[in-house]
Amino acid sequence: MTPQENDTWLYEISSEKKAFDLNLKEVWRYRDLLILFVKRDITTVYKQTILGPLWYFIQPLFTSVIFTLVFNNLGSISTGSVPPFLFNLAGITAWNYFTACFTGTSNTFRSNAGIFGKVYFPRVIMPMSVTISNLMKFGIQLLIFIIFYCYYLLQGFQLSPNLHLLLFPVYIVMMALLGLGLGMTISSMTTKYRDLNVLVGFAVSLLMYVSAVPYPLSEARKKLPDYAADLVAYNPLTQTIEGFRYMLLDTGSFSWIGFFYVLIISIALFLLGLVIFNRTEKSFIDTV
Amino acid sequence: MKNIILKAENISKQYRLGQVGTGTIKHDFNRFWHKIRGKEDPYLKVGAVNDRSSKGKEEYVWALRDINFEVQEGEVLGIIGKNGAGKSTLLKILSRVTSPTTGVIKTKGRIASLLEVGTGFHPELTGRENIYLNGAILGMTRAEITAKLDEIVEFSGCEMYIDTPTKRYSSGMTVRLAFAVAAHLEPDILVVDEVLAVGDAEFQKKAIDKMKDISTGNGRTVLFVSHNMASIQNLCTRVMLLNNGVVDVIGDTENVISYYLKKFRNEEVAQELSLRTDRKGDGSLKFLDYWFENFDCERIHIIPSGIAYIMVLKIENTSKSHVHNIRISVGIDDDQARRITIYSNDLTNQLISFDSHETKLIKIFVPTNPFQSGHYYFTLFASQDGSVSDWVMNAGSFEVENGDFFNTGRVIPVNQGHILVKHEFY
Repeated sequence: MTPQENDTWLYEISSEKKAFDLNLKEVWRYRDLLILFVKRDITTVYKQTILGPLWYFIQPLFTSVIFTLVFNNLGSISTGSVPPFLFNLAGITAWNYFTACFTGTSNTFRSNAGIFGKVYFPRVIMPMSVTISNLMKFGIQLLIFIIFYCYYLLQGFQLSPNLHLLLFPVYIVMMALLGLGLGMTISSMTTKYRDLNVLVGFAVSLLMYVSAVPYPLSEARKKLPDYAADLVAYNPLTQTIEGFRYMLLDTGSFSWIGFFYVLIISIALFLLGLVIFNRTEKSFIDTV
Repeated sequence: MKNIILKAENISKQYRLGQVGTGTIKHDFNRFWHKIRGKEDPYLKVGAVNDRSSKGKEEYVWALRDINFEVQEGEVLGIIGKNGAGKSTLLKILSRVTSPTTGVIKTKGRIASLLEVGTGFHPELTGRENIYLNGAILGMTRAEITAKLDEIVEFSGCEMYIDTPTKRYSSGMTVRLAFAVAAHLEPDILVVDEVLAVGDAEFQKKAIDKMKDISTGNGRTVLFVSHNMASIQNLCTRVMLLNNGVVDVIGDTENVISYYLKKFRNEEVAQELSLRTDRKGDGSLKFLDYWFENFDCERIHIIPSGIAYIMVLKIENTSKSHVHNIRISVGIDDDQARRITIYSNDLTNQLISFDSHETKLIKIFVPTNPFQSGHYYFTLFASQDGSVSDWVMNAGSFEVENGDFFNTGRVIPVNQGHILVKHEFY
């Protein structure tokens, strides 16, 4: 053996797969790329549109109006002392963030096959950038919520956020983890089998109805058959949406058990997604 | 002793042929079943050699098989081979786009690839924004890009449009900008694939110069894949020839290129001239070999247009008698078998004679190579007093690259013929 073979190698390229090979050091080296992707996502979506970023406002507002008309006026779902419009706006704002993370990451491999097929960078940068750029969008939408919140306060409604508001960042992280975990799993699986891609399209809109977005959990308990109510109650997304409304509007329920339940599930889902994602990224380009 | 910066050990890559479909899930389960029992992947044992022309029976194919090589620091290694030899697969593995099925590549430096320029260009972003994005994708940090921004913009020649979205760019401008970014990368090991085939002639020259700069100037290690023998000869210190997924030969640029040209160009041309059996004539004279020399009497495989060169023919008199009044001609055809011109001692009115059993080197001096860049074939013909002695159709071929024919640094655009003529305007 010659002396040079004893030297340390910087890295090795092989077919071996390590489950938790996160390689944070490398992700850190590519942090500028992450920032640039986020910037690209935000600035390019509404380029050459007349309303531009206003579209960020319009979508949740219109959806809330429709929900209020259909579910609260037509379907007479009670939202307690909270104005139905505000109730729906809170739910939709939170829900939007989850779905944006989920659908945004669920086609990571397929929609980036072109670029992934030519250049190497830590693939996990892509879903990360989706999550972060959607966080910006979420922030903007939260702003509208706050505007309407103030409006209703001036109208004399009794609204008060409670102390659980301190958990707000945790809830956002949980939603991001849920969306990321599910999205990365599906993204990895669709590289070989496309079936799931078809599923995602309509599953998201159906999922909303079992996640207590347009109605409070208490109403579901009252009006739905037990099995359906249980389905809603054990859905981790329900817990997140409920918790979100609870801290902002002081409506609905909150339990620490529910909180930890969601926390554990979201972390588990995220880790599962990450492992599958890491396994896939090495050679997906051959099967996509 | 030079430092080995990259080492490939037993690299193989297997691909599945045909559709990824119903069979896939069955194979996946079978793989999984073998894996949990601690057995080897059953599909790694099968697999045909990658020969595209013949339809194999196997479902799996080895695009690469047991590739071993080492690259030393500062070396420019060329990788050549026919289409489908596995060049691009190897580069994909090197640039970590996909992983090898077996084997390992060890490296001491960061690898960046110039596989195809313009990756990640977003049409809505301005030129400047795309420089940053593309640079970051290729592995540069923001600070590095900022430091080189002016250089990149200047090299691309797109100063005027730098704050315009790239969707308004012409395709040529996009490619220039993309190449400019890529050319200013500073990885330890640079992987380049065919990027030189972009832009107009002027930009190509600029690009080749830049590549030379990168590879020679800073002692960078470069892996360079190309079909263009001229640029391979220009840039590389060593060449690896891939054939059907295995390393055919690895070594000296000149040797490998001549080996490659002779082996793969054309079935006829590939044969050793002395071993050709498809010749006509009475056989009293025999063409044994040919080569080209430049003015310094060094053998060359690529003849730049405009240079002086010598074509050397090795001819044997197989008969016992002294022969004189020999006529030798070289008919030159283009790649579509159209006769372009002919060299003949009949035209120059020079006499050639052979002693009995003499082997002679006949030299044809061409003061200015008049051909445009391209590939040319030639037919050799020898006769004595009107009867054919030896006649070999497509006896050989040669490659011409664009040279400075007009002494102005300008070259004729492509598709403007094969012949260059000296001229002046008054």
